[in-house]
Amino acid sequence: MTTSPTLELRGIDKSFGPVHVLSSVDFTANAGEVTALVGDNGAGKTTLVKCIGGIHGVDAGELIFDGSPHVVHTPRDAALLGVEIVHQDLALCDNLDIVGNMFLGREQITRLGTVDENSMEKLAEQTLASLSVRTVRSVRQVVASLSGGQRQTVAIAKSVLWKSKVVILDEPTAALGVAQTEQVLDLVRQLAGQGVAVILVSHNMNDVMQVSDSIGVLFLGRMAAQVRREDVTQRQVVELITAGRSGDLGLSPEESSEVAV
Amino acid sequence: MSAQADEVVAQEEPAGRERVEGLAALGVYLRGYLARVRGGELGSIPALVGLVVITVVFAVVHSGFLSAYNIEALVIQAAPIIVMAMGLIFVLLLGEIDLSAGTTGGLCAAIMAVLMLRSGLSWWLALVIGLIAGVLIGLGMGWLRARFGIPSFVITLATFLAFQGITLILIGGQGSVNLPDNSPLIQLENGFVPIWLGWTLLAVVVAGYAAVKVNDAVGRRRAGLSRVPFTVIAAKVVVLALLGAAFTYEMGINRNLSTNAFFSNKAQGIPWVVVLLVILYVVWNFVLSRTRYGRHVYAVGGNEEASRRAGIIVSRIRISVFVVCSGMAAVSGMVAASLLQSVQSNAGAGNTLLLAVGAAVIGGTSLFGGHGRVIDAVLGGLVVAVIINGMSDLIQGANSAGYEWVVTGAVLLLAAGFDAVVRRGRAA
Repeated sequence: MTTSPTLELRGIDKSFGPVHVLSSVDFTANAGEVTALVGDNGAGKTTLVKCIGGIHGVDAGELIFDGSPHVVHTPRDAALLGVEIVHQDLALCDNLDIVGNMFLGREQITRLGTVDENSMEKLAEQTLASLSVRTVRSVRQVVASLSGGQRQTVAIAKSVLWKSKVVILDEPTAALGVAQTEQVLDLVRQLAGQGVAVILVSHNMNDVMQVSDSIGVLFLGRMAAQVRREDVTQRQVVELITAGRSGDLGLSPEESSEVAV
Repeated sequence: MSAQADEVVAQEEPAGRERVEGLAALGVYLRGYLARVRGGELGSIPALVGLVVITVVFAVVHSGFLSAYNIEALVIQAAPIIVMAMGLIFVLLLGEIDLSAGTTGGLCAAIMAVLMLRSGLSWWLALVIGLIAGVLIGLGMGWLRARFGIPSFVITLATFLAFQGITLILIGGQGSVNLPDNSPLIQLENGFVPIWLGWTLLAVVVAGYAAVKVNDAVGRRRAGLSRVPFTVIAAKVVVLALLGAAFTYEMGINRNLSTNAFFSNKAQGIPWVVVLLVILYVVWNFVLSRTRYGRHVYAVGGNEEASRRAGIIVSRIRISVFVVCSGMAAVSGMVAASLLQSVQSNAGAGNTLLLAVGAAVIGGTSLFGGHGRVIDAVLGGLVVAVIINGMSDLIQGANSAGYEWVVTGAVLLLAAGFDAVVRRGRAA
């Protein structure tokens, strides 16, 4: 790729008091690609995501969006840069319909000052159609009546609607069955196909190997390696996750054992 | 890779989103409606069924129940309950409670009465000050809730007691303050709209309703969206017109038994308070269903965290619902004062609040937040008034009040239990 990546992290450090959670983490996410972020529990995935989303500030390092460095202090800063996090709990209002949820906090208003239901409904339908979503019967259904996969779909479609440049999906398939997982993974590909830089945080190796273009592996707060999906086998990724290194990939033996102590 | 998943998708959604017109559209609409009902979105059905059933029962048992005299009594009894319930719905939508709405209303009415009688303020100025007092009370309680996170149950239990005390102090030892006979406020519950004006207002309401519904449908069709079939709109307009006409006609009957050749003061026409109820209903229904603010009230009631992440200032919404509730409680207190033509030292105490909460819940508003509409207050308030009115005719004798309370309590329990069961159905 000739253009610079949509999101690039350089040397991110983050501590909570004496606990060093992230140390000099580098990470890139390209537009139109799915970049997986994997790692064992406590490796720092969530912290890294929160740093990107502006929920935590970073202690050191640079966040570079579209080639220019930015300081992200609050979630609002991140949202202005086009970063959208789809949290595991999805943050949907059960009592509102799909349209209401997709436009929550950003409702369109008619000239009379009322909520412009018609144009919002049309935009919601168009967005779902652009993602080839066929599992949702009507955008006027309340979210309470939707399945887990459909809810995930709504949450992801919301980020498309708001033209996000970076969409971070936190364990999108964790609570889903086989068929629904397939649907959501298809949707993840569709999302990347629209030119979005998708960051997929996941524990599920099958999902990661199936949809991602690039894989970043965190090991105890360090970026063990960021590799192209086609260059590695599932076994190598698992080794990177559990030991921080695999053959000549990953941290040096000294580094991995040093951090592990 | 996705062949299998695609099959599942195809099974889940066989038909596309093609638009249909005419009879087919009606079928689609009705099927969609039935599906929503089966899915637990019962709307006003339980309250409507309950209202019809108990009305029929009381009408059969007691022949005078549907007389013009009794219908008027029903409406003016229901009015303060309905007004208070309209305000409570805002608080209930956030899953909060305002136990002090009754005594807030009593206190505001007492402030008004005392200003009017002892300080000699004109009635409208006293009324406005009373309403402002209600708004300030709501502001204070909402602020305490939002700023310090004290549960609303505790805050409003405290104010429930305190306001009762302040009312007692204000009214003093006399036990009650009588409003002056010539006060226009008394006309609200005891005066009647001239018959010609009643019919005109009915025509305005029906025409306005029809215009709004048709405008919505036309707008949706222009936007290329599925819309409510015109047959359904026409049916709704006709039902509204028929009910309104029946009510206006019955209220046109003279209810003053002492009218004769010498005394020509007739009691006929719709009570003025009905006009107030219609205005309040239209305003609050508009706010809840058509404004961004209303959408945010529902959102915060549905998922506070999601609302916060969406950029909604949750504390502001929380304070605002207490303001609406206390303000409406003040209006309710004045309506009650108009009904009694006086303010008692125990105004708004006792079961005033519980009847209003009962009305909201019977109407279909959830105590757990997120579900409720302004129409719930109207239907539920009518149910409560019918029960009270019917029981007082049915059970005479020394313990009649006791039986009344038992039945009202049982109905409230039934409604709250229904709410909990439906909610479990929704969650599953």
